[in-house]
This record gives sequence, C-alpha cells and structure tokens, in this order.
Amino acid sequence: MISKSEPSIVTSKTKYFFTELMGAPLSAKIGILIVVIYIFVALFAPLLAPFGESELVGKKYQPWNNTFLLGTDNLGRDMLSRILFGARNTVGIAFLTTLVAFLIGGICGIFAAVVGRWIDQVLCRIVDILMAIPLLIFAMLLLSIFGTSIPSLILIIGILDATRVFRISRAVSLNIVVMDFIEAAKLQGESLFRITIREILPNIFSPLAAEFGLRFCYVFLTISALSFLGLGIQPPTADWGSMVRATADLITFGDYTPLIPAAAIAALTVGVNFIVDWFLHIHSRLQDEL
Amino acid sequence: MSSKQNKTLLSITDLCIDGFSNNRWHQIVKHVNLGLDHGDILGLIGESGAGKSTIGIAAMGYAKPGCRITQGSIKFDNLELTTATEEEKRILRGSRIAYVAQSAAASFNPAHKLIDQFSECVVQHGIGSRQQAYADAKDLYNRIKMPDPNRIGFRYPHQVSGGQLQRAMTAMALSCRPNLIIFDEPTTALDVTTQIEVLSTIRDIVQQFNTAAIYISHDLAIVAQMADKILVLRDGEPIEEAETRTMISNPKQKYTKSLWAVRSFQKSKTSLNPQTRPHIKVERVTAAYTKSTDDVLIDVNFEIMQGETVAIVGESGSGKSTMARVITGLLPPKNGMVFYEGAQLPDDYRNRTAQQLQKIQMIYQMPDTAINPRHKIRHIVGRQLSLHLDLEGDAKQRRLEDLMDMVDMTPTRYLDRYPEELSGGQKQRVCIARALAANPSFVICDEVTSALDKIIAEGILRLLDRLQQELKLAYMFITHDLATVKAIADRVVVMRQGCIVEQGSRSEVFDPPYHEYTELLLSSVPEMDPDWMDRVIANRLQKNRMQPAKI
Amino acid sequence: MTHILIILAQRALLGLITLFIVSVIIFLAVSMLPGDAAEAILGQAGTPETIAALRKQLGLDVPAHIRYLNWLGNIFQGNFGVSIGNGRDIGEIIGVRFSNTIFLATFAACIAIPSALILGVLAALYRNSYYDRTINVVTISSISTPEFFVAYILIVFISVKMGWLPSLANIRADTTFLGKLERTLLPAITLTLVCMAHMLRMTRAAIINLLSNSYIEMATLKGMKKVRVIIHHALPNAWAPIVNVVVLNLAYLVVGVVVVEVVFVYPGLGQLMVDAVQRRDMPVVQASCLIFAATYVFLNLVADILSILTNPRLLHPK
Repeated sequence: MISKSEPSIVTSKTKYFFTELMGAPLSAKIGILIVVIYIFVALFAPLLAPFGESELVGKKYQPWNNTFLLGTDNLGRDMLSRILFGARNTVGIAFLTTLVAFLIGGICGIFAAVVGRWIDQVLCRIVDILMAIPLLIFAMLLLSIFGTSIPSLILIIGILDATRVFRISRAVSLNIVVMDFIEAAKLQGESLFRITIREILPNIFSPLAAEFGLRFCYVFLTISALSFLGLGIQPPTADWGSMVRATADLITFGDYTPLIPAAAIAALTVGVNFIVDWFLHIHSRLQDEL
Repeated sequence: MSSKQNKTLLSITDLCIDGFSNNRWHQIVKHVNLGLDHGDILGLIGESGAGKSTIGIAAMGYAKPGCRITQGSIKFDNLELTTATEEEKRILRGSRIAYVAQSAAASFNPAHKLIDQFSECVVQHGIGSRQQAYADAKDLYNRIKMPDPNRIGFRYPHQVSGGQLQRAMTAMALSCRPNLIIFDEPTTALDVTTQIEVLSTIRDIVQQFNTAAIYISHDLAIVAQMADKILVLRDGEPIEEAETRTMISNPKQKYTKSLWAVRSFQKSKTSLNPQTRPHIKVERVTAAYTKSTDDVLIDVNFEIMQGETVAIVGESGSGKSTMARVITGLLPPKNGMVFYEGAQLPDDYRNRTAQQLQKIQMIYQMPDTAINPRHKIRHIVGRQLSLHLDLEGDAKQRRLEDLMDMVDMTPTRYLDRYPEELSGGQKQRVCIARALAANPSFVICDEVTSALDKIIAEGILRLLDRLQQELKLAYMFITHDLATVKAIADRVVVMRQGCIVEQGSRSEVFDPPYHEYTELLLSSVPEMDPDWMDRVIANRLQKNRMQPAKI
Repeated sequence: MTHILIILAQRALLGLITLFIVSVIIFLAVSMLPGDAAEAILGQAGTPETIAALRKQLGLDVPAHIRYLNWLGNIFQGNFGVSIGNGRDIGEIIGVRFSNTIFLATFAACIAIPSALILGVLAALYRNSYYDRTINVVTISSISTPEFFVAYILIVFISVKMGWLPSLANIRADTTFLGKLERTLLPAITLTLVCMAHMLRMTRAAIINLLSNSYIEMATLKGMKKVRVIIHHALPNAWAPIVNVVVLNLAYLVVGVVVVEVVFVYPGLGQLMVDAVQRRDMPVVQASCLIFAATYVFLNLVADILSILTNPRLLHPK
C-alpha cells in the first residue's frame, strides 16, 4: 500500500467556496449585494412601482415631491416607476443579448478549437473581419438598416458581440485541447461531441463564467449608449438609457434627475465588475497553486 | 560533522524559512546548517520541494516573494545577512556572491546583448571599465569553450543555443570574480550529451579561479562529479552530510541510500513462451507531422513479443514519442504498416475497431495533464469499463476496486477523490489503472517516470514490473534515461533523429562492443563515481571526440 | 533590416485587404435596405418615371458590383456622394467633422496617455499597496460608468454650478485655437476619464507580467540598484506591451467619442453619424461608417507594426 509519506490534499469544494466567500474583499460583497437588489427589483417591479410603466400621471418635469419621489419626465410619467420597470427592460434585454452572444460565440469558438484545420482558419478570418469595424459603429449601421425593434437589437448586438466571445472561448478551449487527457479520450473511442461536453466544457467553465460577467457589462453599456442616442430601445418602453436622454434638458437647470437612471446603469456595471474582478483573483491564485 | 564555526566564507546556522501557499505560511526550510571555506564546493541535493533552491538563494540574503526567513543566521565573510541593510546586501550580490539560475534562457534580458549583461556587473559595481569588462568577457568565453569567443558576446540571447547560454551565464557570474557562486540546477534543462561538456567547463573554471561554490541538483551522480562535500535535503530538513567519496561508498541514512533506488532496481526475469509471431510489428514506417515538414521517422522496423519490455531510447528529437503516436493511430504514417498479432492495423485510430483500441493503451509522461482535473478517479478509471466492457452497477464497482487494488491504492480512499487531491505518483498510478481497465495486451509507457522523483519513480517501475508478470503485458517503454532502461528492458531500440541506430537484447546493446552513438549516450549518463567525468573526458579527448561546444 | 520590411509590408497589405472587405460589407449592408436613394430623395412626390430617371442620373440602375466599384472609385477621388437630407456634398462636411473629431480625440489622448502610463506603472511597482487597491476600485468604477453619465456629472458640477466651462462645445471654423481648447476641455476630460481607466488597468497588468520575468529577478541578484532594474532592464521590454495598450485604447477612443459629441453637441463625425442614422440618410451613414472603420483598421495596423518593431526577437533574428 502507499506509504504515508505521500501527501494528499483534502479539499471539499463547497467548503472552499464558502471560505472564499467570507474572505472576499469589501468590493466583491458590495457587488453581490447590488446584483441581488437589481434582480429583486427586476422580478418584482410591478409590485414595487407606485404607478404604471408608461402611465401619464401628472404634469411634465415636476420636481421631486411626495407623490412623485423622483419627479416626472418630459411627458409627465413618474420617474421612480419607470426606473423600477427599467430594471427588467434594460437588464433583461442586456442579459438576453449576452446569452445570444455566448451561445453563438461560445459554440463556434469551442467548435473551432476542437475541429481545427481549415474550419478554424475560416472562422477566425470571418471574426477578424467582423471585428474590424468598431462595434458601436457597426451596430448603428445595422440598426439603421434593420430597424430598432427589440428582437433586432438583441440579434444585432448579440451577433456582433459573439465575435469577442468566440476569441476567448477558442483560446481557452485550445489550452485544453492540447492536453494529454483529450488524446486519451480520443484513443478510448469517445466521440468528438462527448469529448467537447464532458472533457472540455467543465474545464473552461470558470474563465467563461468570468467572461460572461464582463461581456454583460459591455453589452449593457453599449445598449444603454445606443438607447441614449435614440437608436436602441424605443419609448414608451422604460429604459434607463433613453430616460437619460428624455430628461437631459433638466441638466442645464442643475436638476439631478437625469443622473438617476445613469447612476442605475453605472451601479450595476460596477457591481458586476467587482464580482468578476474578485472571481478572476481567486481563479488566478488557484492556477498558481495547482 | 565538522564544526561550522571555523568556516570562513559562508556560515549558515539553524536556518528556517517559511513559504506562503494555500493562504498560510508553511515551514519549507527547517534548521539547516552549512558552511564553506574559500574554494570549497558543496553539493546540495534533494528532490523537488526539498528547499534546496530556497537555501541557495538565501545564501545571498535574498528571499523570493512569498518566502520569509524566520530564524537562524547567514554569515558571509563576517557580515550577518539576516540583519544587513538592503544596500549592504546589494553590494555583495553579483560582486562577491553570484548566482547561476536554472534556466539561462529566462534569466537573460532579451533586449540586451550578452556581453553588455556581462559587463553590467563589472561597471555597476565599480570594479572596472566597460572596455576592460569586454576584454575579460572575451577571455572567459574562450576559456569556457564558446564558439567564436570574440564575437559571440555581441549576440542577443535568443540568437544563441541553450548550452551556450548556460555557459554565458556562468561567465557572467564570474565577471566580478566572486568568492562564492551558487549553481542552481544549471544542466537540468540540457540534453544528456550536452550536459557533460557544460559540467566539466563549470568545474574547470571554478577550480581555475579558486571560487567557492554551492552546486544544487536533484541528481546525486552529477553532484558527485562536482562537489567535495554533499548535503542531502528532504522536505527542507538536512538528512546527511559527508565528504563526497565517503557518501558514495558508505551512505549512512536510509533516505540517502534510496536515492540509488532506480539504479539498483532490477526487473524480474521474463520467461516468454515461444511465439510464432510478434505481438506488435512495425514495418518500414516513415512519418512526418504534415506533408511539408521533414520526416520525423525514417524507415523504422522493429518487433515486440508478447509479455516483453522493449525500451525505445533516444534524445529529444529522436522520434521516439512519434513512434507511439503512429502505433496508436494518432499520426498515420506516410509509408509502412503497423501489425497487431499479425493483422494490419488501420493507419488512423478512427478507423480502428473498439477491440483494437482497447488492446493498445498508453500512459503519459505528465500525470497532471493526462487526467481530467474535473473528473473523479472513479470516472477516470471506470469510463472504459462502461464504454468497452459494458459493465455497470455492482459488477463495475467490483472491477473498479480490483483495478485500484492492482495499483496499490485503497479504493475507498481514492475512488471518490479529485485529481488535485492526489500526489504525482498517485496520479500516475491512476493512469495505469485507467490503462488496465480496458484489458490491454500492449501498453506504451511514454516517459512515465521522467516527471517523478526518483523514489516514486522506482515504485512505479516496480508496479509495472509486477503487472507485467501477472497479466503478461507487453510494454513499449519510451525514455531518455539510460538508468531506467537498464533497469526494466528486455530488449532495447536506440533511436537518433528518426532512425533506428541499434537494436537488440539489453546485453547486446549495453555490453561492448558499442555502436558509436550508443557509446556516446552511455558515456554521458553520470555514474555514482566521483572520477567518472574525468575518465569520460580523457576518453573523449583521446578519441578526439570532444569539440568546443557547438551545442 | 530587409526581413523586417517584408513583415511590415505584409501587415500593411493585410490592413488594406481588411479595409477593402470592410467597405464591401458596408456597401452590402446598406444595399439591403428596401428602396434606394432615388426613392428616398423624391419621397412621396416621386412617380415611377421620375424615380427611374433620377435613378439613372445617380447611377443606381447598374448591377450591384458596378455600383460598388463606382462608389469606391468616387471615394478615392474624395467624392462621398450627396446627403439625402440637405442635398449637400458629403465630402465637404465630412472633412470638417472628421478633423474636429480627431482634434477632440487627440486632446483627450494627450491627457489620458501620460497619466494612465505613469499611474499604471506606479500601481504595478507598488502592487497591493493602498495606492494600488484604491486605483483598482476607482478604475473599475470608471470603466463601468457610461460616458453620458460622466459627461452629465461634469456638466452639472463644473458647468452649471461652478460655471467654469461651457456645457456646449460648439466650435466653428473661425474659433481660435485657445477657444477650441476651452470649449472642448470638458468633453476631452469626459473621454479621458473612461479611456484612462482602461489604459491604466491594462498598463498595470502588462507591467506586473513583465516584472514577474526571471531576468528581472536576475538583475536584482546581480546586485543592480532598483532604479537601474526598472529603467535599464524592465523598460526596454515594456515598450511592446505598452505601445499595444495605448494604440488599442486609442481605437476605443474613436468609439467613445460618439456619445460625448452628442452630449456636448460637438460638431464632429460621431454626431454627424448619429443624426444621419436617425434620419436614415444612408449615403452619410455609409460614408461616416467607412471613415470610422478605416481609422480603426489603421490604428490596429499601427499597433501591430509597433509591436513588431519593439520586439527584440524580430529585430535581431538568428
């Protein structure tokens, strides 16, 4: 039997996770709190909001008062309600778009890494070309052609962002594909499909999860920017980007109202970034030790 | 043990160093004592993780990030380094104590020429002018037998080969004529045939300048050539210290003796039934990685009988690993065929039957990359049971336990663990169990012990030997280590640059008369004899085979 | 040296080919719109005959690839076509707008690049100190905020409350240089804040990566002073990654400028494109898209070339 001098490191995965969670820096904890709040608001907006999403409830540009805690916008709708509903719209659409980007880019990236040869070359060239035009500009071009409906927005940004996801998922997959255990699996007669799902995927999950957070932030900011420019989510849908645009005139009078939806955007992005930063920090430390 | 207090140059007493990992400080060096006079050469040996590099670097008063010196004294020429200021230490480093790192390629700045990195020490420590340093560099490069010594210094690191860089680093360490040089595994990364040239250079030059040296290595045989005294370390603790000849002829501690382990291991005698045809036959195989690259294997022919071990030995670039890929079907050859039990195997593994895939198994060099870190041991070993043998449930569990027992690992302890919880040797045993799960008759072992510490390696070799006896397995053992070959091979195939240079039974190949290349290989493997290197060099000079490093 | 020139020439050629393909994509995308310029110009008033005549006059009745080549040919001669909205020659407007955008971007870059590099290097040298951790939090917050948020905050506090700087950056052809600087200072600061954060983080990461190399430790072990280790050993190898960081962020700047121009009503190419997209003025959209893309491709090419020139292995081959 094995002599006792051979070390064996015993770690339980769940225990390890909680220890890390407790030891997380303040920024990560704040980030988690923010994300939880946002998810809550997004889910329960109809219950929380005093008025309807696009209800005309008062006069235009009312200052902050007891009825309308954050005043009214340029058409007389309650700002607070619109901000709460904006959570599900803005965040929801950004989330869906990131999912689309990940599905397309992720699958293509892994596929390119696993299959290799000319398919890989062709996909890489296509991605290079698509990335040669800056995303915002390309999006504006395509939106002007295909219209700014929500499905079109999700598809256009999703496909454009899929290029970034392609690159990273291909890179991390390539790292795994060259390992001996992949070769061992091939020699065992495993199908490429099974190798991808059972051998490669579990090993690339962590970096891809971190990337999901980062892509979400980028997509979220881009969609907000497009909405702000009037090219994204169209009114009367409550959306933080276009709400900033709608109340922008108030800025010249020193009114803070337009800053609120903008701050809502910033807060979520900051929160997710803090979480991803912490996650990458643990992950790189683990890599060093193993 | 001689008293350290009299040592005049370096005196380390009761040194303890902590290292930071897994969120905690661990003690990695425990109460080490050593001492050096001017001109002494001390060998520090131990396996990976024994703390030898850490001690070597501590002799300069330096601790890597993530390490801290917690206790003890380090006295260099009466200066206490543990309490000295950074400036005092800085003045010593490079000028009176120099360091030669393990990887010369990584230790040279890619943006500067070699000779500038040489002269930097001299100029910055105020020892001489740049012109003087340049002249000295050329002289030293000549003495250490670099090709074109007057001009090679003006090249950049990436324009020069690995062996030459290692020498250049040695020259750089000598630039300020230090009292003490610390050599940290300088020849580990080099080929066996290059190694001996670099080693002799280092020894000569150190003697010429009467420099004291600490020579760090994991290979006792190499250290025996270089050092007057040897200190054996294990897990940061000193095990034994003695004069070289005393230690080699009469080691006291059990651990020291076990360092000879591989060399002393002898496989069981193989009794083969007479066979009508070879188990595996490789016929006229020529292979290349792509259509346009050069051939990696050229017209290779050999056979392996059932139940025997054939060792394929050669240096890097000899094509031995490629041979494995051809046999398993990962690399279809340009020409030639592979036969299993007389039947030709399809060139591409995808065209082979499940039966054919099962019978030929492979075990890899690096256990860390050979098993999926996200799978439990149970799954890793058991996959082929489900896939090929259709075992499920209780039958599968029983077979899993059998397999784990076969490799000496308690099933209840290990089946539900993840690879990260196992040591290197344990992971390699899991790889063996995985290979056995398919009931193979032929196993390719691709450098399976090269990445393991000697003692662990010996355990693996014993295991493989026993399995061969019990299961009548045929092995193709790929290795560059001749000691391993002598220990386990029935027959030997010597390869060089894609061609078979010699093949035959172990005694045929390893007893004189030798083929020229075999002789070169054999003579390059350090032996546990302090005079070995002198003999080999004298031999080679006589035969005019020593050339100033083209390496 | 010739081998380097060959590599550079290859890269430049690749850049040109990319630009060419990009122009095809832009052209194809726009041609997917139902209806064409002729219909758009005449609008409701058009009858089939007048539309056909205008089409012929504008050269729209020929097959797609001929139209494309015509378009491309015109561009080389500086003729970008005519705006549907106001009938003016696009070439004139674009020239002015583009130079305004470049002015703003350069202004922002001049502030952002030195600050980001210095702060980033310091953060890497004093890794995990309070300074570094503060920088980490501040830069994360900065890259997470949308440009319009930063812009409006600056406007509210600096322009409206303090009155130090104007909130509308309307410059004209006759504005003096100092006048331009004054009016574009606020938009430039906005751009800087976000762009600098990206650059700082990337610089820090690059330097940390650099400092972990063995040859840096070796220099310390040779007894070199810390200053010398950084300036003589680290810096020559830092050019490549830093140059890469800077140029890639400049490419990012090209995009960030769009939102900033809209907020500050700055007469640049970004605002032109946004207006054109809203009005579906496709010739203008096409032209400005092409120019943005060309700038981006050019900057990436420069990054590529500079990283080749700063790589000692490529400069001195075996």
